[in-house]
Amino acid sequence: MPEPHAEHAEHIGLAHQFEDLSQQHDADTFGIWLFLVTEIMFFGGLFLGYAVLRWLYFAAFDGGSHVLDIRLGAINTVVLLGSSLTMALSVRSAQTGNRRALVLFLTLTMILGGVFLGIKAYEYHQKFAEHIVPTLDWAPEGEVLARLAPGGLNHAELYFFLYFAMTGLHALHMIIGMGLLFWLIRRARRGSFTPSYFAPVEVVGLYWHFVDIVWIFLFPLLYLIGGRY
Amino acid sequence: MSHQIEPTKTYVTVFASLIGLTLLTTGVAFIDLGPFNTVVALVIAFCKMLLVILFFMHVRHSGGLVRIALVAGFFWLALLMGLTMSDYRTRTWTPPPQAWSNTAPPTHP
Repeated sequence: MPEPHAEHAEHIGLAHQFEDLSQQHDADTFGIWLFLVTEIMFFGGLFLGYAVLRWLYFAAFDGGSHVLDIRLGAINTVVLLGSSLTMALSVRSAQTGNRRALVLFLTLTMILGGVFLGIKAYEYHQKFAEHIVPTLDWAPEGEVLARLAPGGLNHAELYFFLYFAMTGLHALHMIIGMGLLFWLIRRARRGSFTPSYFAPVEVVGLYWHFVDIVWIFLFPLLYLIGGRY
Repeated sequence: MSHQIEPTKTYVTVFASLIGLTLLTTGVAFIDLGPFNTVVALVIAFCKMLLVILFFMHVRHSGGLVRIALVAGFFWLALLMGLTMSDYRTRTWTPPPQAWSNTAPPTHP
């Protein structure tokens, strides 16, 4: 029986429904972009809630923002941007067929993601220590109470609810991303990727950069409300 | 589709710009610009997003299909934000009709 695409069987990673790797790569890339569009709307709902509540209760959001540690937020921004750089260099290493560099940059990306989550976990720990976790442990006192009281404690609780919902959903995306990176590192070590087949690296990279962009907006919106002068 | 390979230098330059913008947005928070503090923070965030999308996410070299998906995503987000906020922000522009508040006179600032 004649096999029309028999010559393609030798290509690593080509699924049978595609003509060639280039077509498959385009389909893979378009697929992840469609997914990212749904993610824009997924996070968009939270950003919308943020916009409405911030407009209604600006004083409470201002107070809540001043309770956050701006240094930790800025450091985490730099860490995450660094991980985006190493992710972009991972894709580049896959394109040039440099397996050692690919594994190195993927590992660096994963480590930086871990550092980000570590700092985030420390910030969450601080919130529990200050009793400003909505519903679970909401009993601000001392200096924190003095910061939050002018805007109304109930409205400040709304701010912290959004803080945990938005950074929590973002952290969940990071955890999933790190799982994907682990999978990529294992495949890269086995030599699964070539300059003509690296779509998984590219697709995870696009996802990782998207998560980075979400944080690019979360940092000024959550940490920098109302100025520090 | 051709896979353009960017020089490493491009990525490092973009990364340095992103760090610079992060320092700038943090620094601006300590200067009193009135309502423009928020505007500046959002403009800087938007520029950082553009850098990531165009260079790290390769949209600079992407085909029309990817660009349409991207623009559609932001278009729908703009609808979500624009229509909802235009509702909330204009609710107090006109007093409620008299018949709706028979028992109490309308109180408006």
